[in-house]
Amino acid sequence: MGNDALSAEQETAPPVDYPAVQRSPEFQELRSTHRKFVFPVLGACLVWYFGYVLLASYAHDFMSTPVFGHVNVAMLLGLAQVVTTFAVTTWYVSYANRKLDPRAEKLRDEIEHADFAPATEETAR
Amino acid sequence: MSFTALTASAAASASTGVAAEAAPAASPGEPWLNIAIFGAFVAITMIIVFRASRNNKTAADYYAAGRSFTGGQNGSAIAGDYLSAASFLGIVGAIAMTGYDGFLYSIGFLVAWLVALLLVAELLRNTGKFTMADVLSFRLRQKPVRIAAATTTLVVCFFYLLAQMAGAGGLVSLLLGVGDQLGQAVVITVVGALMILYVLIGGMKGTTWVQIIKAVLLIAGAGVMTVWVLALNGFDFSALLENAVEVAENPAILDPGLKYGVSDVSKIDFLSLGLALVLGTAALPHVLMRFYTVPTAKEARKSVVWAIWLIGIFYVFTLVLGYGAAALVGPAVIAGAPGGPNSAAPLLAFELGGPLLLGLISAIAFATILAVVAGLTITAAASFAHDIYASVVKKGKPEPGAEVKVARRTVVIIGIVAIIGGIGANGQNVAFLVALAFAVAASANLPTIVYSLYWKRFTTKGALWSMYGGLASAIILIIFSPVVSGSETSMLKTEAIDFAIFPLSNPGIVSIPLAFFLGWLGTVLDKGTEDPLKQSEMEVRSLTGVGAEKATQH
Repeated sequence: MGNDALSAEQETAPPVDYPAVQRSPEFQELRSTHRKFVFPVLGACLVWYFGYVLLASYAHDFMSTPVFGHVNVAMLLGLAQVVTTFAVTTWYVSYANRKLDPRAEKLRDEIEHADFAPATEETAR
Repeated sequence: MSFTALTASAAASASTGVAAEAAPAASPGEPWLNIAIFGAFVAITMIIVFRASRNNKTAADYYAAGRSFTGGQNGSAIAGDYLSAASFLGIVGAIAMTGYDGFLYSIGFLVAWLVALLLVAELLRNTGKFTMADVLSFRLRQKPVRIAAATTTLVVCFFYLLAQMAGAGGLVSLLLGVGDQLGQAVVITVVGALMILYVLIGGMKGTTWVQIIKAVLLIAGAGVMTVWVLALNGFDFSALLENAVEVAENPAILDPGLKYGVSDVSKIDFLSLGLALVLGTAALPHVLMRFYTVPTAKEARKSVVWAIWLIGIFYVFTLVLGYGAAALVGPAVIAGAPGGPNSAAPLLAFELGGPLLLGLISAIAFATILAVVAGLTITAAASFAHDIYASVVKKGKPEPGAEVKVARRTVVIIGIVAIIGGIGANGQNVAFLVALAFAVAASANLPTIVYSLYWKRFTTKGALWSMYGGLASAIILIIFSPVVSGSETSMLKTEAIDFAIFPLSNPGIVSIPLAFFLGWLGTVLDKGTEDPLKQSEMEVRSLTGVGAEKATQH
């Protein structure tokens, strides 16, 4: 305690039993909450992107169909890619704020307050 | 910068053409006005860099700007780093000349950011300190993995640097009317020297501010021109397209395929490029390093969100500007101007706002090169000093201050190498440099980044096989591709020497899956396992932010 002021960085942090944290249901939940969003959403975005690239490469007639005025399907699909990128970004941020950050923060607090310190060692705080 | 790939052959042929004719008369505007505006930019940013550098004491200050930037600031800097002169001049020119196919590129570059946002940014911020190698070597064997990661970092940065410096020579002929090789060499030297100064004095903080200022100027300049072009067409995008078709006398500029739909090989080539672009961005070392300049993973997330919005909006601007240049200047005029397609945006600026707007846009284009080159240099220097010198040579225990000293020396060496390489590569086909950089990043770095963050079983052998296998396959395939030999537009500039046995210009479609496969194969064949404690620590830290590097206090 007394040399808190001396040590600048992580030296003051209590030792953490990371495998115990990793096994804990709270962490498993955080991990699956993260993965069940990022994997399918990113997968869908990449499929949508490569679908668009394939259309642009192999479906010229379809892409050249005028929709209104001189604006054709290709133009709209391209702008749709921009729009979906913005939409997914916004969606992920709100998901992270609602579902990921609170869980991560709670775990971080618990760890930093030595709830997961190895039983044999005396905790610093 | 990646758009250099798009217009590189045109730029290369144009710059040699200009060297032959030395026709400054064809360059509109006032070169001295351009230089004066650029000089003002340098002066202002220098002052800011000096002020910002006062607090550069520790390695965290020098490499990571004390982790004190906000998400918004860092996001702007990322946009400034990502939107290079080539992307501004190159894409506008590509759309003006080849129509829709130019726009296809920007989509790849934008969607790529979702990989960075969803998979990489936050976890990387939570587990690393200064460089990409910090994350890759976290739970694997330090020495070999760090050396491999530093090698791929240096290779990617080197080819990016060369492309930027070579591009600077082409820009000069276009914007300042400096046509001869010697004049261009002088300008490349000046750009290199300025860059060394920025990075030496300002470190990451100074570099970041240069990138922020440049991003604001670039996006604002493009925005003003976009609104202007739309206003001239009664804010009717369809009318703008109609005018573009009329002036170009070619309705096909609205459809995909004008450039890449020529043959089956060109279509597969485009797929390959698309793959490299979309997977390369999240593995570019200088982009990854930017995530360490913010205090928390949440701010890293905000950075990417800012970057995505800024970059996305900018690409929509370039769609209008490209067709605007086709409508107001005309492809025939652009093709005949010094710099070829790269001159579309400056010519459009001249058409809209006369010499003053041209001067502003030209100065922004120069500022762009400076900012991008500075970002690459500090990344390469940090990787050498932190990963090779401090972690491998000094086994993680360098003398106090020695690491930053080595980093600064490395900056000077990299700067000089970049100047010499840039002069040597001036007028070269820079496409192969950029293709190499993206393909190397996607093949050599991305599989290992993804595996080490998400695959528990991943081992050192898998990492080394994937990184060296990805690096080697990308480089070898490029050497045997049409970019290096076999045609007048290739790097060797002759049809006489032809060893282009690989038909594609971009190796991504082969080398990226191969690197993922090698990472898996090396791991399953590895009899040993890695320390499970380290795996637990990395996973817990990456998701919760426990023990993440904090911002430094001053």
